[in-house]
Amino acid sequence: MRADWQLVIGLEVHCELRTATKLFCGCPNAFGDEPNTNVCPNCLGLPGSLPVLNQRAVELAMAIGSALHCDIRPSTFHRKNYFYPDQAKDYQISQYDEPINVNGHLDLPDGFRVGIERAHMEEDTGKTTHAGASGRIHGADYSLVDYNRSGVPLVEIVSAPDMRTPDQARAYVTELRAVLVASGASDGKMEEGSMRVDANVSVRRSVDDPFGTRCEIKNLNSVRSLGRAIEYEAERQIALIESGEPVVQQTRHWDEGAGRTQALRSKEDAYDYRYFLEPDLVPLVPDAEWIRAVADTLGMMPAERRARLAALLDGAGGPTDSQLLQVATVVDLGLDDLVVEAVAAGVGTALALARTANEAATDADAARRLDPKAYVELLTLEMQGSLSATQAKAVLAELFAHGGDPAAIAREKGFEAMSEDSLVETVAEAVGAHPDEWSRFCDGDDKLAGFFTGLVMKATRGQANGKAVAAELRRLRG
Amino acid sequence: MTAPRPALETATMVRAGELSAVDVLEHHLAVIEVGEEAVHAFNLVTADRARAQARAVDATVAAGGDPGPLAGVPVALKDNLCTRGVPTTCSSRILEGWEPPYDATVVTRLAAAGAVAIGKTNMDEFAMGSSTETSAFGTTRNPHDTDRVPGGSSGGSAAAVAAGFAPLALGSDTGGSIRQPAALCGVVGMKPTYGTVSRYGLVAFASSLDQIGPFAGSVADAALLFDAIGGHDPLDSTSLNRPTPRVLSVLDDGVDGMTVGVLTELLDGAAPDVVARVHQAAEALAAAGARIEEVSVPEVSLGLSAYYLIAPGEASSNLARYDGVRYGLRVDAEDTVAMNTATRSEGFGAEVKRRIMLGTYVLSAGYMDAYYNQALRVRTRIIEGFATAYTRCDVLLGPTAPTTAFAIGAKVDDPLTMYLSDVCTIPSNLAGHPAISVPFGPGDDGLPVGVQLLGPALSEGTLFQVAAVVEAAAPPLAAPRLRTGVPA
Repeated sequence: MRADWQLVIGLEVHCELRTATKLFCGCPNAFGDEPNTNVCPNCLGLPGSLPVLNQRAVELAMAIGSALHCDIRPSTFHRKNYFYPDQAKDYQISQYDEPINVNGHLDLPDGFRVGIERAHMEEDTGKTTHAGASGRIHGADYSLVDYNRSGVPLVEIVSAPDMRTPDQARAYVTELRAVLVASGASDGKMEEGSMRVDANVSVRRSVDDPFGTRCEIKNLNSVRSLGRAIEYEAERQIALIESGEPVVQQTRHWDEGAGRTQALRSKEDAYDYRYFLEPDLVPLVPDAEWIRAVADTLGMMPAERRARLAALLDGAGGPTDSQLLQVATVVDLGLDDLVVEAVAAGVGTALALARTANEAATDADAARRLDPKAYVELLTLEMQGSLSATQAKAVLAELFAHGGDPAAIAREKGFEAMSEDSLVETVAEAVGAHPDEWSRFCDGDDKLAGFFTGLVMKATRGQANGKAVAAELRRLRG
Repeated sequence: MTAPRPALETATMVRAGELSAVDVLEHHLAVIEVGEEAVHAFNLVTADRARAQARAVDATVAAGGDPGPLAGVPVALKDNLCTRGVPTTCSSRILEGWEPPYDATVVTRLAAAGAVAIGKTNMDEFAMGSSTETSAFGTTRNPHDTDRVPGGSSGGSAAAVAAGFAPLALGSDTGGSIRQPAALCGVVGMKPTYGTVSRYGLVAFASSLDQIGPFAGSVADAALLFDAIGGHDPLDSTSLNRPTPRVLSVLDDGVDGMTVGVLTELLDGAAPDVVARVHQAAEALAAAGARIEEVSVPEVSLGLSAYYLIAPGEASSNLARYDGVRYGLRVDAEDTVAMNTATRSEGFGAEVKRRIMLGTYVLSAGYMDAYYNQALRVRTRIIEGFATAYTRCDVLLGPTAPTTAFAIGAKVDDPLTMYLSDVCTIPSNLAGHPAISVPFGPGDDGLPVGVQLLGPALSEGTLFQVAAVVEAAAPPLAAPRLRTGVPA
């Protein structure tokens, strides 16, 4: 991005809610099932069917509003009318001018605050597949439609146009995703489409200028695409303006392969959605008690959880930059409670954080299912020197696979901690067998500590504790 | 010729084991056999299913059980009520052959009450019309004069009851579609308070106005049917979650001490013979102890204009789903968009297309505020106007329709004149209030006149109470010429 231009970005994030059933009927809200199996008269738009609002979806929408510091208000549903075969009723039920959540904000990890204009509820559409060269509905050989997704509850979170760089946009989506997962509203799986991002992008020469004409970019399936698409679009708009052409307000499609955006439709041929109040539903008026009850069930949000871990590292020179990265990883994967419990049980913070960010994080799903007590015990064994780092890793793999008691697993694997006597004996043997190396070590060639440790490890097949070996070597040297 | 047995009496006798539901059904099937060709009340007579239902009712009685308050009573269903596995067409080509996979709540409730569903009745296409002439499957004829319309849109249901094809029928009323044909066919027809009868399984025309209600040969039979279908339904979010008035038990309570307002706006434009019958009904109520007042609710005269913005607006959205993709008619074309257009062009009739275009226009960007939103403001004014009137009156009285039944073909090419047929009934739909049409003798042409009683929300008990008094005072009306001598 060139220094003489300023970028203005606002994001619209569609989030599928993690409910058991759809927004207006009792069909399962499930991804990946056989096409058109999770359907009923309602989500197929059969004549005479009527929507009934899913209470759990309302609670999750309020949880999102609460997590994003929104005002949660009485709201209504409208019909957004347009013809498309993935829309069973040829209209979408969506909140329009009276959304449930308004006026919130999201703080990014660096402290930058992004305004949230609204977070409203709506139903998802089905999915169409157009066969033929065009890939579009016009001119397709045939089109297939799957209504399993029809009526899946969505919350659309609309940010203020507050972001100024692609990095901020990426950070916003990453942080928002973490908040949505932490609030229990979403699984945050962008690759399965349970989070979908549209970006509104415009450019201007100076912060004092009014906003430029914006384009909306669709089909952003990853945080990486988001950043690339914004960068491309900014350059495109700057090139247009510099060559004396106006930016036309458009909806544009991000082509990941080609690395560019392409016009889908312009403002002139934008749909007239003919919004009007949905007569089949009544206003949604959550009382203060319900709003409070939902807010009370919310767990800690990612920012608070990062602060909690960082506080454990305070003093002792920490937290370092790499530790802050570990904190972010651990919180993002929802493994921070493991660290907190380990530290409370006396495990060193640096060790607990490093093992969780580097080892437990390799299989976060399994780590979240772990019995925290077993995990804490494993770290304690390693800290006490009863298990080497390599052994601890092997025990963790077994815990992931089958669970169990870390000490028992270690015994079964022959990781019985070496007694001090046998360690002393093994080190003495290694020293005795290599007198030349030993005398060089004694003369101050510290690199040879590694040589002797290697010998001991080889002799014990990795069961010796590296730190204990180093201590014994230092003791022998005197 | 035999007078039809009232539904109440039939149900009582069937429950007591004194009358067989199968015999009751066979009688009505025989009447249909004789009269249906001239009347064309039905899109489909479901004789076999009805026989199975009737046998089950008799079996329940034989086993010592109680089939319910409508035991063995045949009921005709307007063809916009979903019936599982039975074609439901809305009298439109676009739904021809479609069989719903589920029953409307009212259909379920009728079955639970022991009623026997006898068939699906003809209607104006998607309930858009006042004469049953916009049906894609032919016009229903008025049993009192087969050269005349039965009214509409529930003309098939009204004609079925008038012709003795069924003692009871269900219709739907969006702007008068139960009350107006009831008046023209000389039967009782009632539109309940919005939200008292579930709309689940009623194919939508204008969702904020549609309400299902009863047709019957008498006020008491209409009360019996209303009591069976009302009540909260969790499947309809606009269904009122509060006790629905029970009406059968209050029919004999009289009108002593009540105030009845003659609503002057409804008399404007009504034919003199119809106006005369309204005044005669008022006199009868006065004689029974009611106080009669003339009442004006000026906002009511804005009703027709507001209705023809709101109802088409909602309809344009409700009827969007008939696109050929999932069910009903599909007219193949080179791609999906072309198929949508071809299907809708061939599948919908002229009146439906007219209202879809009207409705699309009034909801469009730039016009919505001047038309649709303005109509909503009028709607609020009408509700306020009625509220003022009901501070003084218990019920309001007026004609149901401006004239008696008109000739087939007389208005079908002149939509604005046709729309005026509903001028007296539309205000209750806009307000969400209940209203009932009661036959009150013949007009100058010998054809039935209906008088209408209007009340505030949830005043069904009072309405039926007053209706019973009006009915008792009604001048005699000749039985339809079509009533034939099938033995009861």
